[in-house]
Amino acid sequence: MDTFLFIVCAIVAVGCAVNLVLQKHPISSALSLIGVMGSLAVLYLLLGAEFIAMAQMIVYGGAVMVLFIFVIMLLNAGTEKTSAKSWFAQIAGFPLLSAFVALLAFLIKVVLPPLHPVEFGSWVGGTAEAIGMLLFTKYLLPFEVTSVLILIAIVGAVVLAQKEID
Amino acid sequence: MGHIPLSWYLILSAILFGTGIAGFVYRKSVITVFMSIELMLNAVNLSFVAFSYQLQRIDGHIYSFFVMVVAAAEAAVGLAIILTVFKNRGTLQIDEVDSMKL
Repeated sequence: MDTFLFIVCAIVAVGCAVNLVLQKHPISSALSLIGVMGSLAVLYLLLGAEFIAMAQMIVYGGAVMVLFIFVIMLLNAGTEKTSAKSWFAQIAGFPLLSAFVALLAFLIKVVLPPLHPVEFGSWVGGTAEAIGMLLFTKYLLPFEVTSVLILIAIVGAVVLAQKEID
Repeated sequence: MGHIPLSWYLILSAILFGTGIAGFVYRKSVITVFMSIELMLNAVNLSFVAFSYQLQRIDGHIYSFFVMVVAAAEAAVGLAIILTVFKNRGTLQIDEVDSMKL
């Protein structure tokens, strides 16, 4: 059952990711990205990371993607124009990328020490309680710095996107 | 109940990261390039959570959480920059915004 769920979600994630790259219209790419994020949330749940799964759905699938789709619709972004691509990229792009992924898979299989097999429910460490305990003790300083970062991002976004008033 | 090898998660993360690189290099629309960056961040998050499972510690979850927060901030600022570029130039094509090119 776990393996079946993993395989279904992995196929959906990879299919949506490839669709993101191949679609010509930004809104199709955005909807594919939502599919990737949803299936990744299920994979996080399988790994026992329930807080991260929910944060993935709320922050990525909700907030960030709404922002993307809002900007796409605001700018009325249509189908992108194709332009001339270099002959090297057309010939060698896909083989080089496949070689890169194959190299990573080889390293994962050979170099890493023996890995635990994943079984749903065998380790549930990622509860909101455990993450909150760690976030507000050991990682308190990074957490506070993050709040300053968010404040800077808000001010920056407002300053960048404001309309000049005559 | 089946067991899933943890290396499958890492290989899935590598495949998603590679797809993100392909989109980043191949696409010409600023918004789609930006979405490819988000895809790469998601792939890295998956491997953080997978290694966290391997070590049975939740520090990886915390890193993944910080990556999400930074990605949200980055999306807000990046989309504001895209809005400004579109307002000044009227295009979203990446190769038409080249005034910094020598």
